[in-house]
Amino acid sequence: MDYFIELLFSGLSRGAIYALIALGYTMVYGIIGLINFAHGEIYMIGAFTSFIVATILTILGFPALAIIVLAGLAAVIWSASYGFTIEKIAYKPLRHAPRLSALISAIGMSMFLQNYVLLAQTSDFLPFPQLIPDFDFMEPIAHIVGSSDMIILVVTTLVMIGLTLLIKYTKIGKAMRATSQDRTMAMLVGINVNRIISVTFIIGSSLAAIGGMLVASHIGQINFYIGFIAGIKAFTAAVLGGIGSIPGAVLGSVVLGLTESFATGYVSSDYEDVFAFSLLVLILIFKPSGILGKVDTQKV
Amino acid sequence: MLKLENVQSGYGNILAVKGISLEVNKGEIITLIGANGAGKSTTLLTISGIVSCRAGRILLHDEEIHTLGTDEIVKRGICQVPEGRHIFPELTVQENLDMGAFMRNDTKQIKADLDYVFSLFPILEERKNQDGGTLSGGEQQMLAVSRALMAQPKLLLLDEPSMGLAPLIIKQIFEIIRKINEESNTTIFLVEQNANQALQIADRGYVIENGKITITGSAESLLNNQDVQKAYLGL
Repeated sequence: MDYFIELLFSGLSRGAIYALIALGYTMVYGIIGLINFAHGEIYMIGAFTSFIVATILTILGFPALAIIVLAGLAAVIWSASYGFTIEKIAYKPLRHAPRLSALISAIGMSMFLQNYVLLAQTSDFLPFPQLIPDFDFMEPIAHIVGSSDMIILVVTTLVMIGLTLLIKYTKIGKAMRATSQDRTMAMLVGINVNRIISVTFIIGSSLAAIGGMLVASHIGQINFYIGFIAGIKAFTAAVLGGIGSIPGAVLGSVVLGLTESFATGYVSSDYEDVFAFSLLVLILIFKPSGILGKVDTQKV
Repeated sequence: MLKLENVQSGYGNILAVKGISLEVNKGEIITLIGANGAGKSTTLLTISGIVSCRAGRILLHDEEIHTLGTDEIVKRGICQVPEGRHIFPELTVQENLDMGAFMRNDTKQIKADLDYVFSLFPILEERKNQDGGTLSGGEQQMLAVSRALMAQPKLLLLDEPSMGLAPLIIKQIFEIIRKINEESNTTIFLVEQNANQALQIADRGYVIENGKITITGSAESLLNNQDVQKAYLGL
């Protein structure tokens, strides 16, 4: 039973990380109908930024909590500015071009960022400092749930609640929903759609940066390639839940995380990806729009 | 108030509006009538800046607005109820109305305007927590008009408000249009295929054919014009 609970928590924390990334995919898709393949790289850049800042601050002798907060903040700001800039450079000029052009641009941007980090940081795995300490109060259950798993779950939950409140109740959140439902009409009520698109990229990138920092601290090493793998998985999760749907992205991520975790635990870690992508194939065969995705119906 | 001078616009290689000039004065109800594909909707979308103006000028109170973004045009008081209503399907009725007031910050006056549109269309108040997409066609049209009113427009552009509605509802909508014009002195530019109804409430009208204005005059003179009668009034 302990083993089951251990797998459950590790699956949940895995799912939480996927969710942080998947939200960026699904929100951008919801607003401009584009799969932002460079999103995984944003996550990777978030991890590197927090790595660099945390290393410097550790050398300077800052206290642990200050390092976590400052490194996280730096990662969020830096990744958000990347997300903002990528949209302006690679996607905005192609807004009225065929979808395929923007998709190719996205893949190109992903490769560019990967290789740029490869050149700057080498292909070696760099040891990431353990930012999250092992809490004393977690001691009795430490053999089931690690402290960093717990932190990942707590932080992700708080972020999700914040995001939900933002989207549901604030003016900008309503404008985001309006823009994703009907862009022309959003313009006609005076919403500056370009600004909404930028905000969407900034929010998505910030979430990915938080995910990048949490997971890097959890696993303990990073290199230029982590964004690609995580990006593909999170994209899978977003499609699984129904691309364009925010609750769908979270649900899809949790399902994917649990599937991987149980497959690893009860079958073999070699089959982790096989189970993950088999699940995707099954969903696409039997419910192509994803778990919470809806078939478009429009009233004229 | 609003002046179009030789405006041309279109989509891709197709020029839908081929040099239109017209004028809308403050407080008037102006109607633009024409057949399918004549360029009516494109004219409205060009005024709102959704379709770009390729040649000519659009002036609002002598200021050129055809180079501005749509949000800037809305800020200057030109609001549009587009063809097909364009309700945000997954926002509630209340949220749809909130979006109409997106440009405004005067919370108190917004509340008063909300009460005003609920008094015009009481059914919307009953349904205010329902998703916009679940409303019937007529209710959606009411919501679309109300949403535009929430922006406190100086000039209201209406694109075929009668489309696909039952005669009784059409009558109600047109009555409301006249009421809005009288009570809040909102200038109205109405595009219609339903020429008869439109000319009944309009002060002046323009007839558009193949992207060009062919006939213009007072609503009364258009109603009595033989060409108009034959082509658009079915007489």
